[in-house]
Amino acid sequence: MHDGRRNIVASASAAARGLGLRLGMPLAQAQAMVPGLTVRDAAPAEDAAALERLAAWCLGVSPLTAADPPDGVWIDVTGCAHLYGGEEPLLRTLLSRLGRKSMQAKAAIADTPGAAHALARFGDASLTIVAPGGAPGAMALLPIAALRLDPATGNGLRRLGLRQVGQLAKVPRGPLARRFGHNVLLRLDQALGRVPEAIQPVLPPGVIAVRREFVEPISTPEAFHAVIQVLVAEACTVLDASGKGARQLDLVFERVDGTMQVLRVGTARPVRHAPHLVRLLGEQVETVEPRLGIEAMRLVLPLVEPLPPSQDAGLVPGEAPQADLSELVDRLLNRLGTGTVYRLHPTETDVPERVQQATSALADKAAATWVSSAAMSPWPRPVRLLRRPEPVEALALLPSYPPRAFTWRRVRHLVTRADGPERITGEWWRATAERDAVRDYWTVENQAGRRFWLFRQGDGADPATGSLGWFLHGFF
Amino acid sequence: MPTRSGTLPFGIDAIDRRLPGGGLMLGAVHEVQAAGPDTDIGALPTSFAASILARHPGPVLWIGQERRVFSPGLVQAGLDPGRVVFVDAGRAVPLVTEEALRHPGVAGVVAELDGRLDGVASRRLQLAAEGSGVLGLLIRLSRRFDDPALNEPSAAATRWRVGPVPSPPALTHEPDMDGMPRPRWQLSLLRCRGSEGASWIVEGADAQGRLALASVLVDGPAVPARRRAGTR
Repeated sequence: MHDGRRNIVASASAAARGLGLRLGMPLAQAQAMVPGLTVRDAAPAEDAAALERLAAWCLGVSPLTAADPPDGVWIDVTGCAHLYGGEEPLLRTLLSRLGRKSMQAKAAIADTPGAAHALARFGDASLTIVAPGGAPGAMALLPIAALRLDPATGNGLRRLGLRQVGQLAKVPRGPLARRFGHNVLLRLDQALGRVPEAIQPVLPPGVIAVRREFVEPISTPEAFHAVIQVLVAEACTVLDASGKGARQLDLVFERVDGTMQVLRVGTARPVRHAPHLVRLLGEQVETVEPRLGIEAMRLVLPLVEPLPPSQDAGLVPGEAPQADLSELVDRLLNRLGTGTVYRLHPTETDVPERVQQATSALADKAAATWVSSAAMSPWPRPVRLLRRPEPVEALALLPSYPPRAFTWRRVRHLVTRADGPERITGEWWRATAERDAVRDYWTVENQAGRRFWLFRQGDGADPATGSLGWFLHGFF
Repeated sequence: MPTRSGTLPFGIDAIDRRLPGGGLMLGAVHEVQAAGPDTDIGALPTSFAASILARHPGPVLWIGQERRVFSPGLVQAGLDPGRVVFVDAGRAVPLVTEEALRHPGVAGVVAELDGRLDGVASRRLQLAAEGSGVLGLLIRLSRRFDDPALNEPSAAATRWRVGPVPSPPALTHEPDMDGMPRPRWQLSLLRCRGSEGASWIVEGADAQGRLALASVLVDGPAVPARRRAGTR
């Protein structure tokens, strides 16, 4: 890149930085330091376009993303983290997905865009999460440069001895503004959350989006509900015309001060039934903070799937219970997170841990396959399983005999009756360690009549089959 | 008032006679607790709930903190897991249960509730069931055996306790402890709106979810023991 006087280094790879190259360094000096340096002309326009594409790619994480030139992407994860099981898993998922695209990245989550911007670039860890209200503390030790100030201002502050954000925050505001202009205070306040900052989000191309602007800002849940009805009705008309159903909906609330909040809901199967969608969105409306008021609402459908036209349920006597249940399932899924609402589907295996596989709660094939399933054994099966088998101390006369007594969680049970053994062998096609594994299962009853499902690891003859230890696995 | 009123009989005269309407009231919640150390696990209440829902067709929601149910066991208690949607609700079990009970498309709801359930929450569940006609079964679990919190008054229509009964001793000419007769339960009706408590010894659920009064004969159960399957 040419800064007017000479060619300078605009960007350097991690390896090059390790060799001592710095951004802004004259190119001649860099080439003198590292013979054989690979030099490419900077292409800011292409970089910017690539960053925009990356921001659009990040829409998979959250409905609100924006490119933050030259090297960042804003992601507003408000209300998205629970879909990943928390903020940290969200960042880890994001970083590993970026890693698969061979991109190195640092990420930070904080209360304000300014703080996240600073911590992602100037923090030590590749992954930083600041607890709500923790931005001032986390920012205090960062250099002034983290505040997105122009270089002249940064140098001026440094000349006054202000090197860290924490020092700057303590300086009287009046003189600071007179000397360096209001921008310093604005950036500081944005980072510390005293002044809101708007993100200009990218819109994925070709999605269905409907928007309503209001003459007067609105701020009550009732008003939101009314607008949701209008927006959903409009979106459903579009869906109807295109033969599609929504799988994901983002409702964007645009506040008067330019900031936004997004509600994201998903559905288990494509939906075009307006009351269902209205209800899903309406459930979350309570979490919207209108602050000064909402001046526009936008409904975006980033994910739609084909949904063949169907006859309205109103004319069919006794509507299908399956379709009926989907509404409840969607509501619970959106509240509790993915993977929490499911059906259990039988698998053809003898290994108890693998017999039941979770499938989508609305899977059609799950119905009526258990009773005739090959997964069903003629042997009695417990109704409750321990999360993993727990070792017990057991007293058995011979390897082929059931135990006379066993001790589980420090309670001793005398065995009065037993039935078995039922031999379950490992599935050699899954793992070599499992090839020889053998479990002998026993149903035993203790002196109080309580029944347990125990197994002994190994067949008693070949040590490769298991250690002959006893385990408790379930309860009848 | 229940909109879809009715009762679900056990098919056992001695029990149904005790229950107002001749069976478990639909559009109401019923509590089931275990006896003694099973209070932590709730295995027998699980079988009991499965056997009741086996005789009540329609979709079922099974709500717990996390997955602890083993489907093949439900099948043997008569409940086809294909009818069941499982929900791992974590700490939101009471909230989710109330929402499920409000849904008229559901036939039955099983909720595994850990520890105390305060009066207001209990009433909300009962009202939700009354409004929709759904049969609600609350499995009351606790880390403590015989937790007094499980015996506090509640708005539920009935409260049951299911405990094990030792099988009769093995025959003297075949003493090697082999073979397992059909399990027997001490089934106690601890509380019942509009009736009095009672207790029976029943034989555990069969594959159709039917219970049976245990015979008091000394020479074994009325129904032959589950055939001892050969080694496969």
